[in-house]
Amino acid sequence: MNRRSRTWWKTAIGLLLTGVMLFPVYWMLNVSFTRDQDMRKSPPGLFPVHGTLEGYRAVLDQQLPYLGTSLVVGLGTVALTVALAAPAGYALAKLRPRGGGILSFVLLAAQMIPGIIMAMGFYAIYLSLGMLQSVPGLIIADSTLAVPFAVLIFTAFMSGIPGELLQAAKTDGAGPLRTFRSIVLPMSRNAVVTVSLFAFLWSWSDFVFASTLVNGGAHEPITLGIYHYIGNNNQEWNAIMATAVVASLPAAVILVLAQRYVAAGVTAGAVKD
Amino acid sequence: MSNTTQVRHRRPVGNHRGAGPTAPPRVRRRPGSQQWAAWAFLAPVVLYLALFYAYPLYRNIDLSLRNYTVRSFVRGDAPFTGLKNYRTVFDDPTFAPALLHTVVFTAVCLVFQYAIGLALAVFFNQNFRLSATLRALFLVPWLLPLIVSASTWSWMLNSESGVVNAALHAVGIGPVNWLTSPSWSLTSVIIANIWIGVPFNLVVLYSGLQSIPAGLYEAAALDGAGPWRRFWSITFPLLRPVSAITLLLGLVYTLKVFDIIWIMTKGGPADSSTTFATWSYQLGFGNLLPAFGPGAAVGNLLVVAALVFGLIYMRVQRKQALS
Repeated sequence: MNRRSRTWWKTAIGLLLTGVMLFPVYWMLNVSFTRDQDMRKSPPGLFPVHGTLEGYRAVLDQQLPYLGTSLVVGLGTVALTVALAAPAGYALAKLRPRGGGILSFVLLAAQMIPGIIMAMGFYAIYLSLGMLQSVPGLIIADSTLAVPFAVLIFTAFMSGIPGELLQAAKTDGAGPLRTFRSIVLPMSRNAVVTVSLFAFLWSWSDFVFASTLVNGGAHEPITLGIYHYIGNNNQEWNAIMATAVVASLPAAVILVLAQRYVAAGVTAGAVKD
Repeated sequence: MSNTTQVRHRRPVGNHRGAGPTAPPRVRRRPGSQQWAAWAFLAPVVLYLALFYAYPLYRNIDLSLRNYTVRSFVRGDAPFTGLKNYRTVFDDPTFAPALLHTVVFTAVCLVFQYAIGLALAVFFNQNFRLSATLRALFLVPWLLPLIVSASTWSWMLNSESGVVNAALHAVGIGPVNWLTSPSWSLTSVIIANIWIGVPFNLVVLYSGLQSIPAGLYEAAALDGAGPWRRFWSITFPLLRPVSAITLLLGLVYTLKVFDIIWIMTKGGPADSSTTFATWSYQLGFGNLLPAFGPGAAVGNLLVVAALVFGLIYMRVQRKQALS
């Protein structure tokens, strides 16, 4: 009895801490439902008593093209990242290439380069190639956020595939390509999911590349949609926050459906076990 | 277990397709052919790294060593000026404040993110009802797009209508101009960035706590050590390797924070929250007349700093993997 009440107490503290931590998220929701005339009220209303959907109507009216661009860019980034990283992970994990250690090192170092530097380099290159304000250009730039991480995840995961399986495939006459396609890739489904989730989330959230490479173009992602909103009309915060809520949906979906992959990805990047 | 059965199902398929007349049974591969196969699988990534990492980096170094204007940027005939851009940057009155802000921002964020993350990790490491669910919810700030977090914090910290000032008013503290006063802007972006960084520290440190054997705590409790004593004599020392990794990686990540600061304050007012990352962007893209050369020079200084700490991180990690 005593023990149980002690646990109950901890749950209460846990709920309180989570509430404090997630207060900004609640506030975003609250403001997104607040009417214009209540926006500057002092003190601000803690609950959207006279809730309105004006903000969300504004999203539907103005932000759908941005959301569409973000979706296309996100999916493109996922495809490019997996296509590049999965074969590389297989080679590094199982084929023992000479110089593989150096490549892993370069990949780790590549993750350390600040995005703003990459953005400037991409800007210079795209300017001379005439690739500024193009969706494929943004996809390539966004994929640099995920590719090194993806190779490391695939390598770590594929190292766990038993060597006897691959040996057996070889004995049956399967070449490396066939082994990769029919055995390694199907067995690495979890790694593919983890990599895809992160690649999508990072490209969906990207602001640096978007603001340097496609700013002012015909196809801008949702991060720029919000940014323009903040810059243009400082008054309609319900519309800004409603867009922010919609832009957060992928993160929410991922958290609900795939939380274990997320935690796995975070720790795999930092700690080796 | 299920994996092996899955592959046993697949093997006959492989036999079937490989047994055609066009595919004679292969002799055992020599190591040489495996090397070829390995590098064939690696070729796309190597090409990719060269084109989309090495080349942009090279272009950035090139930018920093020439006197670029908008026109020569397009035509690509900017004169080579050596280290002049770097000298311009060092002599700029923004240099000293930007350096100071970068150091303060990084150090303060790291200390608080780590301390809060560790406290939460220890707390969630105890088993109680809902602990797993609540721990998962703590990931939310880390998963949100930075522009979402930054704009939410901007509105919360708004001088007239922000909820933070309303709360301060309720306890009798006058309004603080969080984002518009030079003495508070750096604090504001630090607060927002700590909020974003805590989940990462929590998750990594929690996984480190999980690997500390529970028997140690039981033995210490039998010897009469209280929770405080157990933390400092067992948890903290045993967590040192994970802590080192977390802090170093956090350092590399925090050095390059750009989005939060740019969206919340644009480095202002009057450069009061400018760091190297925002300064570099400001020089290259923030003005009507872009200064690509100096911008790239500032960026390269940042790359050097990030790589130095990155190399230390990799050394530490390798040492831990070996031991």
